[in-house]
Amino acid sequence: MITEWQAAEHVVHELGRNSRHAETDGHVFGNALHAAVAVYAKDLTTGYRQGARVRVVHRRLELALPRGKLTALLGPNGAGKSTLMRTLAGLQPALAGTVWVDGTPLRALSLQAIARKLAVVLTDRVDVGYVTAYALAALGRYPYTRWDGQLTPEDEQIVQEAMRLAGCSELAGRMVVELSDGERQRVMIARALAQQTPIIFLDEPTAFLDLPRRVEVMHLLRSLAHQTKRALLISTHDLELALRFADLLWLMGSDGTFVAGTPTELLQRGELLRVFAAEGEEVQRYLKEVHHRWLAEGSGA
Amino acid sequence: MSAQTTRAGWEYAPVSPFPVLRIRRSVLLLLVVLAGTAFASSLMIGAVSIPPGEVLRVLLGGQASKDTWQTIILTFRLPKAITALFAGAALSVAGLQMQTLFRNPLADPFVLGVSSGASLGVALVVLGGTSVSASVFGRTAFLGEVGLVGAASLGAAAVFAVVLAIARRVQSAVTLLVLGLMVSYLTSAVVSVLIYFSLPEQVSAYINWTFGSFGGVTWQQMRAFAPALLVGLLAAWITVKPLNALLLGENYARSMGVNVRAVRWWVAASASLLAGVVTAFCGPIGFIGIAVPHLCRALFVSSDHRILMPTSVLLGGSLALIFDLISQMPGTQYALPLNVVTSAVGAPIVLWIVARRQSFGRI
Repeated sequence: MITEWQAAEHVVHELGRNSRHAETDGHVFGNALHAAVAVYAKDLTTGYRQGARVRVVHRRLELALPRGKLTALLGPNGAGKSTLMRTLAGLQPALAGTVWVDGTPLRALSLQAIARKLAVVLTDRVDVGYVTAYALAALGRYPYTRWDGQLTPEDEQIVQEAMRLAGCSELAGRMVVELSDGERQRVMIARALAQQTPIIFLDEPTAFLDLPRRVEVMHLLRSLAHQTKRALLISTHDLELALRFADLLWLMGSDGTFVAGTPTELLQRGELLRVFAAEGEEVQRYLKEVHHRWLAEGSGA
Repeated sequence: MSAQTTRAGWEYAPVSPFPVLRIRRSVLLLLVVLAGTAFASSLMIGAVSIPPGEVLRVLLGGQASKDTWQTIILTFRLPKAITALFAGAALSVAGLQMQTLFRNPLADPFVLGVSSGASLGVALVVLGGTSVSASVFGRTAFLGEVGLVGAASLGAAAVFAVVLAIARRVQSAVTLLVLGLMVSYLTSAVVSVLIYFSLPEQVSAYINWTFGSFGGVTWQQMRAFAPALLVGLLAAWITVKPLNALLLGENYARSMGVNVRAVRWWVAASASLLAGVVTAFCGPIGFIGIAVPHLCRALFVSSDHRILMPTSVLLGGSLALIFDLISQMPGTQYALPLNVVTSAVGAPIVLWIVARRQSFGRI
C-alpha cells in the first residue's frame, strides 16, 4: 500500500509538469490530494482471469484522474480502453494493484457505495418501450431513492436540473425510442448527472453521432467537467476532437504503452506518433499531418 | 444548442415540461371498480340464475330462499371468483417480471415452459408417491395442499433456473422462445409417460386439467392457494425498483448499485411461486401472462414497474374473471374450456404486440 503522501507526490509530478494544471505547489497533503484527484490507481494490472488462465492487458499502471477536467482515453481497438474503464469503475476486478475512487479503495466499496461516487454512460443500446426521457434521467436517482424507487420532490428537482445542464429538458416528455442518437446521448448524460457522482465515465459517447452532434457532445462534456467540477473520463476514437476538447489525454498503444498528459504536451513530446508506431504507413502519414498541424496551431496561439 | 442557452431559456419557462412520474389515483380507482364489477358479475351470473338480492344476502351471512342457491354461491361461485382474481393477478405479475428480466416482450410463465415445469413437478412427486395416479388431476388431498404448492413451485423454479442459465449465454430473443418451447415438449413427454400408466378416468381428468379452470379450488385448498399467491405478489412488489433499473440492461443496472444476480434469483423465486401455484390448482393457463402487462403498458403509456405492477394485478384479476364468465357462456347450457377463451382473446393481442413493435427486444 502506498501512502496518501506518495500518491500526492505522484499527482503533483504528473499534473504539475504542464503549466495548465500546475496550480499545485508541491506541498500537497490529504485534503489537497483529495481536492485534485478523483480516481487514482497505483500498480494497477488489468486483464481477465478465467480459472487458472490469466490474460494481462496492462501491467503496473499508475494514473490519476483529475477533478473538474475532461480526460480522454485514446487508443486503437483492443488496446484495453474498455478493460481499463471497467476496472476503474469496479465493474471488473483488477488483477493487481489498488484503485482509489474519491479517496476510498475500490475494493472497500459496495456496489451501492460505488454508485454514489461513479456514474457511467455506456455504449449499450437502451431499448426501452414506454419510457420518457424524464423517467430515464430519473433512474439516475436510483442509489438514493427508497425501496420502491419513489422520487421525492428534491429528487425531481435534481433530475430537472441535470436535464437542464445536459441541454435536454425540452425532451423531457418525449419517449426515449423516438429520440435521435444525439438527443438520447444527452438524456443518458443527464441520467449520469442526476446520479450526483463526483466521477462520470463515458464509453465512446460520440460513437453513433454525426459530426455536429459529436462537437456538441464534446463541448457539453468539457463544460460540464469545468462547471460542475466533476471528473469526466471518456474513451473515444475521435483523435482531433479529443485534442481540441480534452484537458488531458490518456494514450494507449496496442503494445501496452500508456502515457498521460495534456494534448499540447503529448504532441510536443511526440507521444502521439510513438503510441501508434505499430500502425501502417497510411496511419503514420495521417498522424504526422495531425501532429504538425496541431503543433503549428499551438505555437500560433 | 449549448448548455448555457438552454439553461437561460428555461429560467423563464412558465410551465413545467416535465411529465408526472406517479400513477394517477383515478386510474387505480377505475381499475378497482373494474375488478369489483367483474367479481360481482361472476357471483351473480352462472348456469343457474339466482336473483342478485339473494346473492347479496348470502354474501352478508344470511340464508338464501333456496338451499341449492346457498350451496352454489358459497361452495362454487365464491371460491371460483376469488381463485380467478388471484390467478389472473399472479400470472400477469409473473409475466411482467419475466418480460423485463429476459428483455423479451413475449416471455411469460406459459411460453417459457415454467408452467410445464410446475405440472411436471406435481406429476413427479405424485409418481414417486405410493400411488402412480392421484393428485394433480384427481386433486384428492393426497399430497396435502402445501405439498402441492411446494412441488409445483419447485418444478417451476427448476425450469426457470434452466431458462435463466441458458438465456445468459444466448442473447437472442427468438432462441429463448424456442428454448421455452423445447422445455414444454420435454416436460409434456414426461407427463405423457405418467399418463400412460394411469387409469382412463385420470387421463380424462388430466385432459380437463389442461383446459384450465378456476373452479377446482375448494375452500380447503384456498387456505394454501391464496396465502402462497399473496406471498408471491408481495415478493414481486419489492422487485419494482431493480426491475426499472434493468430496463436499461444489466450493465447500467449494476452501475447504479443493483446486485443483478440477487435480483435475478429473487425474481425467479417469486415468479416461480406465482406461476407454479396457479398451474397446480388451475392448470396451464396461457396468454394472460403475456397480454396483461402489454395492455397495461399501452393503456398507461409507461414501462415503469411502479405503475405496471399494481395495474397488472388489477387488470389481470379482472380479465381472468371476465374470461371465466365468457367461458361459462351465460344463457346457454354449455361451457367452454377456459384456455379456449384465453387463447381466442389472447392470441390476437399477442399478434398485435408483435406487429406493433418492429423490434423484438423492446419491452
